[in-house]
Amino acid sequence: MKIKRRHFLYGGAAVIGAGVFGVVGMDWHEASRAVALTTKAGEASFATWLKIAADGSITLFSPHIDFGQGSQTALAQMLADELDADWSHVSVEQAPADPAFANVALGKGFLKSTSSHPELIDMLPASLMGLLARGLNLQITGGSTAIRFTGQFSARVVGAAARQALLETAAGRLGVPIAELSAANSVISHAKSGKSLTYGALAEDAAARTLNLDVKLKERKDYKLIGKPIDRMDIPSKVDGRAQYGIDFHLPEMRVATVMAAPVRGGKLVSVDPAPAMAIKGVERVINLDDAVVVVATGYWAALKGVRALQPKFSDGGHGTLTSASIYDAQAALIKSGKPDNTGGSGDVGAALGAKDVKVLEADYRVPFLHQAMMEPFALTGHYKDGRLDVWGGTQDPLSAHAAIAKAADLNWDNVTFHTMIMGGGFGRRFPPYSQILEQIAKVAKQVDYPVKIIWSREEDVKQGAYRPQCAAHLKAALGADGKIKAWQTDYAQFTDAEAEALFIYNVPATARHHHKYISNQVDAYWRSVNNTQHGFWNESFIDELAAAAGQDPYQFRRAHLKPGSRHVAVLDEVAKRASWGTPLPKGMGRGIAIVESFGTIVAEVVEASLKPDGTPQVHKVYAVVDCGTTVNPKNGEAQVIGGINMGLSAALGEAITLTGGAVDQNSFTDYPILKMADAPAVDAHFIESDAPVGGLGEPGLPPVGPALANALFSITGKRVRSLPILTQAG
Amino acid sequence: MPIETRVNGKAVSINAEPDTPLLWVLREELQLTGTKFGCGIAACGACSVHIDGTVMRSCSVAVSEVAGKSITTIEGLGNEKAPHPLQTAWIAHQVPQCGYCQSGQLMAAAALLTTSPHPTDAQIDAAMTNICRCGTYTRIREAIHAVSEQGQTAGEAA
Repeated sequence: MKIKRRHFLYGGAAVIGAGVFGVVGMDWHEASRAVALTTKAGEASFATWLKIAADGSITLFSPHIDFGQGSQTALAQMLADELDADWSHVSVEQAPADPAFANVALGKGFLKSTSSHPELIDMLPASLMGLLARGLNLQITGGSTAIRFTGQFSARVVGAAARQALLETAAGRLGVPIAELSAANSVISHAKSGKSLTYGALAEDAAARTLNLDVKLKERKDYKLIGKPIDRMDIPSKVDGRAQYGIDFHLPEMRVATVMAAPVRGGKLVSVDPAPAMAIKGVERVINLDDAVVVVATGYWAALKGVRALQPKFSDGGHGTLTSASIYDAQAALIKSGKPDNTGGSGDVGAALGAKDVKVLEADYRVPFLHQAMMEPFALTGHYKDGRLDVWGGTQDPLSAHAAIAKAADLNWDNVTFHTMIMGGGFGRRFPPYSQILEQIAKVAKQVDYPVKIIWSREEDVKQGAYRPQCAAHLKAALGADGKIKAWQTDYAQFTDAEAEALFIYNVPATARHHHKYISNQVDAYWRSVNNTQHGFWNESFIDELAAAAGQDPYQFRRAHLKPGSRHVAVLDEVAKRASWGTPLPKGMGRGIAIVESFGTIVAEVVEASLKPDGTPQVHKVYAVVDCGTTVNPKNGEAQVIGGINMGLSAALGEAITLTGGAVDQNSFTDYPILKMADAPAVDAHFIESDAPVGGLGEPGLPPVGPALANALFSITGKRVRSLPILTQAG
Repeated sequence: MPIETRVNGKAVSINAEPDTPLLWVLREELQLTGTKFGCGIAACGACSVHIDGTVMRSCSVAVSEVAGKSITTIEGLGNEKAPHPLQTAWIAHQVPQCGYCQSGQLMAAAALLTTSPHPTDAQIDAAMTNICRCGTYTRIREAIHAVSEQGQTAGEAA
């Protein structure tokens, strides 16, 4: 399309106040670049995030990456529904890693979710939000944000606004009032005259109009695509080997490299004799980085043999005595000190705990470091040529990845291009701040005059991870003679404050949250559902302990501490009903229940388990009930909940990263076991539709399952699981 | 000396160090990138292929061992125009999430149906030991049962 300066000034002005995607506050130069990156002749751009071609094809540019969570298809459903588009002509492309595509809606969503006055965020000038988003390089995929923020605040609004512009254009061409027109399946019809115009025919003129983003969105009863189990667009290419992941990228003359970093995080490379690697056929270079050695070869196998032949000397950064046990000891000491770094809660916990007529319960909980174990190890290809660096591969935030590469390569932003490819999983591991491979590819690519792909071995992936933190917690509660909890205090040690996750859903008159900041040599990283894994585990285990102490049924006890008529009660009641809670089970089997709210979604789960002859748990069935407000795609939503349950069970049963001498003990899937088919339970996943704001789905299915399993085991054995994983530390 | 083999029905002459795992020959020399690298120690199954009809983890098979043998990769199992019934079922049941392990899952499932056209859950548990971190096991099981019930076990390229 022809770019008109005036068009974007109008577009920009119109968008202010709505905060749609990244277009706000964008100058003409930036908007022109955005359109040039995404459109060609015969294609019309709407707010940079949607294009409609003359042939009627409709493309949404997604700021979120789809690594299997299905958000790109769901975002397209939301946009196409408001647009009244013909679904068969809709497709999604990854938005370029360009500041013009920073995600304003995401920034707004985060601010709203972390603010005690979310309504004030809506009053922020949209232009300011746009600047913020671009300044922070916001193009994140994580935090279950795609649908609840981008989808709600942007995709639907752009779809509805574009529909309005198409209607206005059609009204002008046909010389009839808008009110006499109707839109469906990418066609605008005038019933009286029988005339109609396609979106493709209207697009170029419509795109030149001022977009009115103060539009009314559809009501639930009018949805045509939202809420439908539509097939995901990316699946066909993932069943026949066509899908190209970052690790699959290939260029002529490309070499392959692999890495060995200091086994103790924080250590540096002291010295290495390259000769043993260079003696291996196919090895071409040994490159020393600050904390790692890299072997470049004609292929991965030669590179791996090369790196294994080396005997590099690394320092330990002063962390050489750290062990998993010493971390727990240090965390317990912090908690015992009684001097938290951050506090929260309400009411007088001290008085309630000291009251005469209460029973005080205390318990210590411990959870280990967890590894994301994405199936595709880190792999990026870099090509440095004529002062420019191109990098291909996957990341959970292309804009930040771009920035990290530019910094490590000491290049200007404009001399770096990040080409986002699909990823074999992420689960939090691929966030740029702790994706060491970004710096590695930048530095290695600059030292060679051919394209180079770095592939991490699985051993490197396991040992150099960015783990869910190892944490200790001490819980204390006062149980009244009436069977009600009078006070609850959680002391926990980890790096992050975890304010939102530590607060729980129950009505207790006095609560206290004591965060003890613990710093080790490990980075404080994200793992699917972030801090909700550990806080969900001890909150939902400890309330089970209180129920047992009160002599009450765990379901009824939870119910008695939830607001009558609330969404939480509805979810809990539904899962109890579906799981036939309270009915007899075959001998040796037990049930456990848990409920956790995370990322705006409430999930309750019941686990049915027994013990195998060797005494280890067998999970037979999991019932899950989910209230995420609106389920945009139920088929995909179910997949996310089941996947989260399997990952949560895997972690609770067998996963742990441990440290000895500051270095990680585990090596691969042999000693970091992932749940397999034989241990994956049947899952009954059910969704409750409500008018609540749309919640996330990529993560919330996970947190309840660990405590529900621990509670089921308690019902069988009478022994409480207070330390994970169950297989190595129970009892 | 080149190693002579057949890959997806075509004669292939491979020039690689004899100890190179078949996985890396497929991926880097033949550009058949549908077969994935997951662990390199035969623990995850992402690299599963068929060698003379038997499912094997190609990261742990030296290329010298496949001389004179017939190899089928995911690209040879079926394609968009002529899919294997399992590939059709994988789409119908919306199995893949990130999709990275699914080539291996499909190769393992295809081998299972060749030996046991109507597998029980226990047979599926025993045969399907590939890791899926996204946790798609439930739908993999459903898709295998669906194909089994249709009685379809298409032949594959030899």
